Amino acid sequence: MTVRVQSAPFDLGHEVEAFRAGDARIGAVVTFLGTVRDVNDDATVSTLTLEHYPGMTEKALESIVADAKARFDIYDALVIHRVGELAPTDPIVLVAVSSAHRGEAFAACHFLMDYLKTRAPFWKKERTPGGDRWVEARDSDDDAAARW
Amino acid sequence: MQDTSVATVDLVYLARLREAFGRSGEAFALGNGEATVGALLAALRARGGVFAQELAPGRAIRVAVNHTMAGDDTAIVSGDEVAVFPPVTGG
Repeated sequence: MTVRVQSAPFDLGHEVEAFRAGDARIGAVVTFLGTVRDVNDDATVSTLTLEHYPGMTEKALESIVADAKARFDIYDALVIHRVGELAPTDPIVLVAVSSAHRGEAFAACHFLMDYLKTRAPFWKKERTPGGDRWVEARDSDDDAAARW
Repeated sequence: MQDTSVATVDLVYLARLREAFGRSGEAFALGNGEATVGALLAALRARGGVFAQELAPGRAIRVAVNHTMAGDDTAIVSGDEVAVFPPVTGG
């Protein structure tokens, strides 16, 4: 299991190759890449700043990954989440899951993102023409996590 | 230096609450023997002003005790780190 919180960008291809390197048991790797949009709630977003809770963040992510490994028949999972100031098109989050077959990997990746959205201590603040504003949590995210 | 004769918890405020309260945290003396997250939040609310506004019943607030998500009934003891924050919005 690998969990990383970093301000630096990451390269999807490089990360996935390193994640699956040398493991011939793997028949499926499912990845989710979250990126910064330039519009939210009808306003243009010029920058997105991600704050987190150092000390808790890694622990929360590790707990979510452990939960996924207990629920699904997967080999491993990787979570990388960026913090600091980001711009539209920048990558924010990467989740990768490896397993023998695709079904468990798809499900575990979906679960990891749904849980991350509601349980990992990150907060987004966006810069718009009307000023800076904190992104409000969505009920639909709670609903998504509750399905599992 | 923490005064060991007084039971305190280390409060941490994050994101919108940090800005609203104008501080990233504070040492909070459990002067009335607050033993749960709910009692601690009530004590903060009783300060009035922005604390009463931001922590008003019905507003979505999350709490973590020693880096683990907690509820109103979660016990707190001297020395705990208690973080108060809005619902998370990462990913």
